[in-house]
Amino acid sequence: MLSLERLQSEVTRALGSDVMHLSADRGELSVLVPRPRVADVLRTLRDDPVLAMSQLVDICGVDYPERPERFEIVYNLLSLRANARVRIKIHADEIAPVPTATGVYSGAGWYEREVWDMFGVTFAGNADLRRILTDYGFEGHPLRKDFPLTGYTEVRYDPDQKRIVYEPVKLPQDFRSFDFLSPWEGMTDVNMRLPGDEKAEEKK
Amino acid sequence: MSQAAFPEQEQTTEDGKKILPFTINFGPQHPAAHGVLRLILEMDGEIVERADPHIGLLHRGTEKLIEYKTYTQAMPYFDRLDYVSPLCQEHAFALAVEKLLGITPPLRGQYIRVLFAELTRITNHILAITAFGIDLGAVTPALWGYEDREKIMEFYERVSGARMHANYFRPGGVHQDMPDGLAEDIAAWAERFSDYIDDVEELLTGNRIFRQRTVDIGVVSKEQALDWSFSGPMLRASGVAWDLRKSQPYDVYNKMDFDIPVGKTGDCYARYLVRMEEMRQSLRIVKQCLKEMPEGPVMTEDHKVSPPKRGDMKMSMEALIHHFKLYTEGYHVPAGETYTAVETPKGEFAVYLVSDDTNKPYRCKIRAPAFAHLQGADFMCRGHMLADAVAIIGSMDIVFGEIDR
Repeated sequence: MLSLERLQSEVTRALGSDVMHLSADRGELSVLVPRPRVADVLRTLRDDPVLAMSQLVDICGVDYPERPERFEIVYNLLSLRANARVRIKIHADEIAPVPTATGVYSGAGWYEREVWDMFGVTFAGNADLRRILTDYGFEGHPLRKDFPLTGYTEVRYDPDQKRIVYEPVKLPQDFRSFDFLSPWEGMTDVNMRLPGDEKAEEKK
Repeated sequence: MSQAAFPEQEQTTEDGKKILPFTINFGPQHPAAHGVLRLILEMDGEIVERADPHIGLLHRGTEKLIEYKTYTQAMPYFDRLDYVSPLCQEHAFALAVEKLLGITPPLRGQYIRVLFAELTRITNHILAITAFGIDLGAVTPALWGYEDREKIMEFYERVSGARMHANYFRPGGVHQDMPDGLAEDIAAWAERFSDYIDDVEELLTGNRIFRQRTVDIGVVSKEQALDWSFSGPMLRASGVAWDLRKSQPYDVYNKMDFDIPVGKTGDCYARYLVRMEEMRQSLRIVKQCLKEMPEGPVMTEDHKVSPPKRGDMKMSMEALIHHFKLYTEGYHVPAGETYTAVETPKGEFAVYLVSDDTNKPYRCKIRAPAFAHLQGADFMCRGHMLADAVAIIGSMDIVFGEIDR
């Protein structure tokens, strides 16, 4: 098994100027690379004789709505020869397409379909970018943070029309999201002024 | 079929007529579809020219739901992914949260987790092999196998209270210690269980019909298996000696003495043989766990993560506060991210967990092994007969709970 330091230096050597940011946290290495370069980066890592990242185990998206490019696409790679894992990350948004990884790893096809389905990130060059997990004719991208947990439509069987019908979601009770976060843990800043603090100062 | 089926496959005959290939809708209501697989097969006579699996009929939005639940509440969802091997998936989530929290469970807790992960592997393989047998016309192994599956589920029930959706593992250990007498009963069962494996071996391994249906069917080469992200028995049957329990051991797997069976031919028969041998090896691990299991706590003593004992709660104010806070707010996990993988019976199951220092996961991506395997159904089925497609799907050991999530 390659040590983390060794892995870090090998990845830096192999990728060179493509490394935008590199972090090693809890024994796991993640590398941020420019979006247009991602397929080349994956190919370099796969064909590198030392790293030999022969398997793409997973592609997944993460949504950070507050960022200018709101999505982070994460490629998890596994090397059987070096017994090591590397995470490749890119930033993406709703518009600019990401180069497909299907030319490097055949298994990327469905993972990219899933990211498209769940987040609405497009992949240029993926010949079969259909929805995969959601219903036929589904609208929206459910894993975005601004998509409500309950969704927008619900289905039921209509005995009169003798078919399944789609209707807007009707909640008999409002969706309840309990906020259990303790108010006391925000009070660690001793210099923070609360309403009413001025009364104590006036007495002096 | 209402959808335009593969317009690119359209062919024009000499007299200008357009013909579309014949398509078959296989499933979602078909016993050999292993749940809710809708497989659209494009046929040339009896030969499959292209297979297009439509998945998602069991999609429940697990990943979205987990973002709205505390870490404790997220655990039961993992039982309901691959409902044939629930505890192995809890194991992945527990390890991921432990990694982010930076805690290690006590040794006895680790032993219990490995013991039950291996019992789960056996139940899974019993179902995988016997359902595979049913797909190919062999009913007897299933009739016998359900008896032993039921016994393992009884062990589940005794340790956790539930037969299937156990919700037994926790970040920091397991929920409760094993009840008195359970270790002895598992040991007694483990002594007898190899007889069942021998019986199935007698029924299937040398069986002429079974071999004709599986040998040289759905051959996957080493390179293909790696390229298509295969893992677990699907990868090992193709001759790649790779098992996360050996190469990246977690909990006490590095103390266990077991072998990794590797297939040579990469066909359906090799995948069957690998699973059979894995049951024997799991049995070895079960016996070692029972023999070496130390006494002691099963759950970390850090009460910021694990709830206090019921008795303490009645006597100590601090324990009461801990109990209240853990079951309402839950514990906070420091910001960070981890990709933690375990070897479930079906392959590499992993959780990519992103935490943001609150009591709920920011993102929890579930990597399901069978998702990648089913993607390979297209290239594996091409050029085979329709009946072989059933054998190929059966040999993949797919469960839709984890594929559709």
